[in-house]
Amino acid sequence: MTAAAPAKNLNSLGLPKAEYKGLPSTLCAGCGHNSISDKIIDAVWELGLRQEQVIKLSGIGCSSKSPAYFLGRSFGINTLHGRMPSVATGALTVNRTLYGIGVSGDGDTGSIGLGQFKHMLRRNVRMVYIIENNGVYGLTKGQFSATADIGQELKHAGRNELPPIDLCLEAITAECGFVARSFAGDPKHVISLIKAALNYRGTAVLDIISPCVTFNDRDDSTKSYYWGKTHDERINDFSFVMPQEEIVIDQVEGETLEVELHDGSRIVLRKLAEGQHDPTDKYAAMRLLQEARDKQQFITGLIYINTERPSLAELANLVDTPLAFLPQSQLRPSRESLEKLMEAMK
Amino acid sequence: MAVSDLQVVQPTAERPPMVNTFAIMVATKNGSGSQTANTVLLRALFKMGIPVSGKNLFPSNIQGLPTWYTIRLSADGFTARRPRSEIVVAMNPATAIEDYQHVESGGVFLYADDIKLDLNRKDLSHYPVPAKAISTKYEKDARLRSYAANMVYVGVLAHLLGISLEELESALNFHFKHKPKPVQSNMQIIRASAEWAAQNLTKTDPFRVERMNKTDGLIMIDGNTAAALGAIYGGFTFAAWYPITPATSLADALTAYAPRLRTGPDGKATYAIIQAEDELAALGMVIGAGWAGARAMTSTSGPGISLMAEFAGFGYYAEIPAVIWDIQRMGPSTGLPTRVSQGDVLKVYYLGHGDCKHVCLLPAHPAECFEFGWKAFDLAERLQTPVFVLSDLDIGMNQWMSPPFEYPEQPMDRGKVLDAKQLDELGSFARYKDVDGDGIPYRTLPGTPHPLAAYFTRGTGHNEKAGYSERPDDWVKNMARLGRKFETARKIVPQPVVQEVEGARIAFISYGSADPAVEEARWRLEHHHQIKTSYLRIRALPLADSIKDFVAAHDRVYVVELNTDAQMYQLLRLHVGGELEVRLRAANWSDGLPLTARWVTSHVLQAEQAEAEKEGSK
Ligand SMILES: Cc1ncc(C[n+]2csc(CCOP(=O)(O)OP(=O)(O)O)c2C)c(N)n1
Ligand code: SF4
Ligand SMILES: [Mg+2]
Repeated sequence: MTAAAPAKNLNSLGLPKAEYKGLPSTLCAGCGHNSISDKIIDAVWELGLRQEQVIKLSGIGCSSKSPAYFLGRSFGINTLHGRMPSVATGALTVNRTLYGIGVSGDGDTGSIGLGQFKHMLRRNVRMVYIIENNGVYGLTKGQFSATADIGQELKHAGRNELPPIDLCLEAITAECGFVARSFAGDPKHVISLIKAALNYRGTAVLDIISPCVTFNDRDDSTKSYYWGKTHDERINDFSFVMPQEEIVIDQVEGETLEVELHDGSRIVLRKLAEGQHDPTDKYAAMRLLQEARDKQQFITGLIYINTERPSLAELANLVDTPLAFLPQSQLRPSRESLEKLMEAMK
Repeated sequence: MAVSDLQVVQPTAERPPMVNTFAIMVATKNGSGSQTANTVLLRALFKMGIPVSGKNLFPSNIQGLPTWYTIRLSADGFTARRPRSEIVVAMNPATAIEDYQHVESGGVFLYADDIKLDLNRKDLSHYPVPAKAISTKYEKDARLRSYAANMVYVGVLAHLLGISLEELESALNFHFKHKPKPVQSNMQIIRASAEWAAQNLTKTDPFRVERMNKTDGLIMIDGNTAAALGAIYGGFTFAAWYPITPATSLADALTAYAPRLRTGPDGKATYAIIQAEDELAALGMVIGAGWAGARAMTSTSGPGISLMAEFAGFGYYAEIPAVIWDIQRMGPSTGLPTRVSQGDVLKVYYLGHGDCKHVCLLPAHPAECFEFGWKAFDLAERLQTPVFVLSDLDIGMNQWMSPPFEYPEQPMDRGKVLDAKQLDELGSFARYKDVDGDGIPYRTLPGTPHPLAAYFTRGTGHNEKAGYSERPDDWVKNMARLGRKFETARKIVPQPVVQEVEGARIAFISYGSADPAVEEARWRLEHHHQIKTSYLRIRALPLADSIKDFVAAHDRVYVVELNTDAQMYQLLRLHVGGELEVRLRAANWSDGLPLTARWVTSHVLQAEQAEAEKEGSK
């Protein structure tokens, strides 16, 4: 007898997707952040992760509210504006068995939190760090954020005269080894990126352009739905492949490139055409981003990947049990050890 | 040598010997290596059984600015700083004039013989120290010569005072961890200098030391090392910090001792220590780790505390355990970064935004730093809140005699944490519900494998089930519960140490490093002025209810502390309120230096005299 194939609407844990829902969203209807929440649900459900093994972290902003709206059985922490990286660093160091999903905004990451963002990347804390990038401060009602394009005009904020900070570029210069950009209006791409990112052994940064329908969705804004749909330039296509899965990528002309992730899962990349971007080339990635910024190009795809760097928890040489769950017998040194110390100080 | 070239005036009158009770002050330049010489002197005296305390009064500078080290010997065991010293060792030409005036009348002035100074005080004994000549002769390495020069005054003092050369050698061994080379080279200079003194100096002063047994069984340690050891025995699993004087040595001690004491059988660490990018991130990491179930801590000083304000409020309201050591120094702003103060009391107690107040522990000496080092975790996890420990530069960085630390007798208190099995039995879980009536809710830890375990933590308004809520009744209910929790804290934090003296009409309330000065002032008031006093030493905030009774039992209560705004006095006024408030008297002083018994005594005498005059004129 062969084992019954899992029903189509159940994941490998035998759970329906509905189990992975969160509370109803209170964000504006049509907000890009809502579609990203849905894709997080899809990715985690499809991977068959236990929700209790996932922690959701965020800063402050409309985007940072969204962890309440997905994975209702995961622990969540809505921290301070721009300070989610430090909280994630602490939590994920003391419990390495957890998957971390961080959600932030372009204000949260690019302005108040830029320092913590870069230092977390430098430490390579294992987590997925999603920036829901809309070029504005949504929650405080439409001020320019640091990712707004130069020359952009907004109803209340007027004209932006300052150049944007490219958060993918910032990530690469901080030695982040998983840097991708996507568009909230491209669900398939977002799902496969999240799945791959969850299997990356370090910080994976996903800069997802996520339109704010209330404050920044004019057709001429590079962060709008219209712009994304009409200008999206995909730099590469890839599939995320689970350990036992077969490669299903269409074997079209051109080379494929495989990058091994955690526990035998892989990313299989197909270059779109001769001379196009190689995401394992750091300098090419930086050049690509710099040029795209200068030309205001809307590029998406896996921009940079490097699986060499150890994560923070690996460097710390920690015992196998999560620090958070160590019992007293492993935490309090013996009475004799104290007596010996005291004797030496006499 | 230099002696004959100088106009040296020596007191002639015969005086009775002064044994084991006097103060030595060494004036040098920062970075000249005098710290080794001074700690070696201190330790040798300690090992001779003489009660000592050593205080380093140093500038915010790496090299060149003046620095002073004071060693107080006290056969009676008093350890507070003395305002002036009987013996001054002047090695720094830049401060020699001032240092000369600092010598108590009848005292001793030792000076590097290349210092040009009009030695016109007839009430002192003067001795030159040929620091350059001897150090050049014995130390061939020019780079080490300034270090060697310091050993010259150690040798001269050893001869003049009768400090045991054996104990000096064993102190050198202790300091250099038994490395023979530095021990021998330093000892050679000490010996040569002592011999030089024996041949060239005529002792005209009455000061000397004799062995006694008053330090038997005691250890010598600084409060920051004690705090780190406390944390290690308290099972810290996570520490994040950012360098700042005077807190750095706490993290350094953690880093030094944890590998030895807390490496698992597989050679792997049962803790993680991270040097953060700033204090804001340090507390953020600690909050994250505490939320996930670790015993997490950070250590800092005033400027770092300001950066931690937002996370402190978050931790209070989201109810996350954390331990924060504040090794206080002088503010406002960067203030005097290497000088002591108790100036963060109000700031830390109310750190955050909105209605926020914190549990604060107030250690007075290294043994209490050790005790609070582990207890702070028990309290933080029991109360599910950030717990601050307010030490200061004097306790943290200076060397104190201490009884050996007591091993924690109680098992660790991990607080109200529900695991999967308990969740199964209970069948329901509400993160912020006051199940037991003590204001403390139950929590679960991320990763707990149970469908009921997860909850959403936020600094925004929430109801019992941790759901987002802006409802006025939810807000009021939650804050009332936090109030009940704070009342629970009031009962379980370390209670005051009280000495109620029969017949005493006046009393002291104090805390932290002001304690030795208060104890000594009480002795002086009783023995020199026939004034009996009671004493209550506060060990934690929120203030204990018993303080009200203590105030009620006395006519006047002097609140002694080291700050300009009389911060604890303000809190005590709020606490005792009503009619008792007028019995409290602020007795605060802050000039960057550890408090002296002389200041406390004269402050109280003047205040009491004014009180008597007021009574009389009625
Ligand atoms: C310390 C602090 N300063 C300011 C704020 C106010 N604030 C809340 S959200 C926000 C901006 C959020 O923008 P972004 O991160 O882009 O998120 P979005 O709402 O656009 O998703 C600001 C400034 C705050 N919460 N905390
Ligand atoms: S204001 Fe903008 S970012 Fe915020 S919820 Fe509405 S659409 Fe989304
Ligand atoms: Mg935004």
